[in-house]
Amino acid sequence: MNLEAFLTEVKSRFPGASFEQAGQDWVLRVPAAEWEAVAGYLAGHGPRFDYLSSLTAVDRGDRLELVLHLRALAAGERLTVKTDLNREQPEVASVTGIWKTANWHEREVYDLFGVVFRGHPKLRRILLAEDFEGHPLRKDYVDPRRRKVEGQA
Amino acid sequence: MSKPLLELLIAGIKFALVLGFVSVNALFLIWLERKVSARIQNRMGPIYVGRPQGWLQTAADALKLLTKEDIIPAGADRLTFVVAPAVLFTSAVLLFVVIPFGPGLIVRDLKLGVAYAAAVSGLAVISLVMAGWGSNNKYSLVGALRSASQMISYEVSLILAMLSVVILAGSLSTVEIVEAQSRIWFIALQPLGFLIYFIALLAELNRAPFDLPEAESELVAGYNTEYSGMRWAIFFLAEYANLFAGSALAVTLFLGGWQGPWLPPVVWFFLKTFLVIVVAMWLRWTLPRVRPDQLTSLGWKLLLPAALVNLGVTGFLVLAG
Amino acid sequence: MTTAEKTATQSEEVLEQVLTVNFGPQHPSTHGVLRVVARIRGEYLQDAEPDLGYLHRCFEKIAEGWTYPQIVPLTDRLDYLAAITNEWAYVLAVEKLLGLQVPERAEYIRVIVGELQRILSHLLWMGAYALDLGATTPFLYVFQERERLYDLMQLVTGARMTYNYLRIGGVKRDLPPEFFPLLEKALDNVLKVADEYQALVLENVIFQARTKGIGVLPPDLARQYAISGPMLRGSGVAWDLRRSEPYSVYDRFDFAVPTGQNGDCYDRAVCRVEEIRQSARIIRQAVAGLPAGEVRAKVPAAIRPPAGEVYTAIESPRGELGVYLVSDGGPQPYRLKWRAPSFVNLQVLPEIARGAKVADFIAILGSIDIILGEVDR
Repeated sequence: MNLEAFLTEVKSRFPGASFEQAGQDWVLRVPAAEWEAVAGYLAGHGPRFDYLSSLTAVDRGDRLELVLHLRALAAGERLTVKTDLNREQPEVASVTGIWKTANWHEREVYDLFGVVFRGHPKLRRILLAEDFEGHPLRKDYVDPRRRKVEGQA
Repeated sequence: MSKPLLELLIAGIKFALVLGFVSVNALFLIWLERKVSARIQNRMGPIYVGRPQGWLQTAADALKLLTKEDIIPAGADRLTFVVAPAVLFTSAVLLFVVIPFGPGLIVRDLKLGVAYAAAVSGLAVISLVMAGWGSNNKYSLVGALRSASQMISYEVSLILAMLSVVILAGSLSTVEIVEAQSRIWFIALQPLGFLIYFIALLAELNRAPFDLPEAESELVAGYNTEYSGMRWAIFFLAEYANLFAGSALAVTLFLGGWQGPWLPPVVWFFLKTFLVIVVAMWLRWTLPRVRPDQLTSLGWKLLLPAALVNLGVTGFLVLAG
Repeated sequence: MTTAEKTATQSEEVLEQVLTVNFGPQHPSTHGVLRVVARIRGEYLQDAEPDLGYLHRCFEKIAEGWTYPQIVPLTDRLDYLAAITNEWAYVLAVEKLLGLQVPERAEYIRVIVGELQRILSHLLWMGAYALDLGATTPFLYVFQERERLYDLMQLVTGARMTYNYLRIGGVKRDLPPEFFPLLEKALDNVLKVADEYQALVLENVIFQARTKGIGVLPPDLARQYAISGPMLRGSGVAWDLRRSEPYSVYDRFDFAVPTGQNGDCYDRAVCRVEEIRQSARIIRQAVAGLPAGEVRAKVPAAIRPPAGEVYTAIESPRGELGVYLVSDGGPQPYRLKWRAPSFVNLQVLPEIARGAKVADFIAILGSIDIILGEVDR
């Protein structure tokens, strides 16, 4: 079964989903509410995307975009899965139950973007100190220690 | 001068000689270890202080260590912490009492020489446990416990290997044991005994591949993690003093002591002892470290039965004539 | 806490027979500034929890403020033992966004220096791992070889560790002619050292007793944790991006992907040593087939990739090194995500170290081959 047919099947199962081809890669977009369900389906069906290469986020200004890069080792397929999160209160279900490797990736996204993953076993900051304030990879983050150089008018 | 006073004076001079010898010799051994390891690792080793071979490097190091600040950790058990290195050094020095460097060249030829050596070398473990506990540091504690279990495991085999020599010589005196080897060295009669003794000695001395108590990659520096300056230097010196004493004992028991043709006896004794030491160094810089449980199981399951069998067979053969 | 209180808590811990021990951030065997909080009961490890971030340098944030060519030297500092492969992963992503065709000679040169880098990295690992297990001497021998290889790298790139050699669209300059005879000799030496290591370390009884059956990582668990590189291959999964998803010109070379059977520390070690030999093979093929021509494509002075995004992954010495690059059409990346293999591989440590002995823990940690510069970024 080729990837396009599989994605069509995914779309029929999860009506909120949509997919497109960008270059050689396929991108599947799903609503945040179906995030975990779709992830579970992808991991266990079709080419079996059993290998989560990376999980990260992008601050798109008006929303936070969560991005999964999946591989199916046996079938040699690649898939990108995305969802949009509310920027003010980003919250989504954790996929640690599906891919164990998601654990640290989600902690990193929590740390740097402030996305809360429901059901994560130990959602704590990972790279930054526990008492750090703010989420630096958000575009509106301002380093409090940064001083402005004022030019003479 | 009255006789007891004279004897006391002579004993004092002997003690000072031994102490001086032990310290200088340990410094020399440290230099030797650095040179041997350097050659094994394709390096130069120390070359600058005391050109051309860096003779004075260890003396300079010792001097530097003596001038360093004396640090005792706030949470340490002061008394145990301070006394531990001294105990180790004392046990090392005491061993030298029964080592015959040549005919007549012995501090005191005790009738129970071998038993005395076994007893004194057992003191070392107390010092390590003191250091580990007194430091109030977890690495030190684990290191000390490791060394305790290790030494207990190997002490038995070590002594059993010594006993088979005692049976052959019919004496516990180190001098008489050497004299008994005038015809044939005991290593020829006791190859297995020597092997057991040597392996157990390495373990007893905490040397690689059995250097678990101070396994750097695991326990930082084991029992001496918290030690610095002079106290650490004493630990270090004692370690090398023990290495020399253990090797000298191996030579005495198995390699004919001072005996040998042409050369003066003392030269023979030192030649053999340094040969044993260099072999120990060679092993240290070649082998990886074994795991604590592998070490103990080697000790209890292999060395101890082998030593027992060896002892039994020796006893039987001696009885049978 | 007062001294008395401290002693009290420690005695309590002793009574419970469980000690909480910090391995790192200052510890001889943590390979950098990793901190692992371990709970040990006697010689047994009950739990180990890595604590990261001591080397965090906000790489991804800094990258958002720098132009595309400026970031190349920045990537050198991530996995500082494999600077070339870092640069490679990054420039590959930018080139894909730009739709840029790299001259063939440049691709071959990249393969040559990239594989040299892999050898360098694996050599260091070999020495450091022997050191972890208490054998000091192999470290010195591999370092001699590394020095010679670094001389070669210096000849080509002008630097010994952080090269800044790859460019978007090619490489900085061509290989000098005196490089080739030296390379031939250096490869011979490397193969000799690999054989020596095999005979003296891998086949040593104590080494085998310390690594066989230790830290077993079953293939299923490896996939669950998205392990990559020699660690994944040691578990018997023949997955190498150079083979299964060929980038650059790797599809033209003949090389084997070594795999282990048991997924223990020993298999990982064997895989790495074998990979050195395979890398030497690849380099020789690349030198033999080195085409003539330019080493740099024509690239505009100001690089502004069209809006879009790309995920490229290459096989670094430690595994899948992924770069997720998002462009908004500006001169700086909109978002740059570094999928560091060390970061991902380290995550499995508590899982495979639980219940191990303290000494084994060091053997397991060492066999993962992490670089903290890459873990913490």
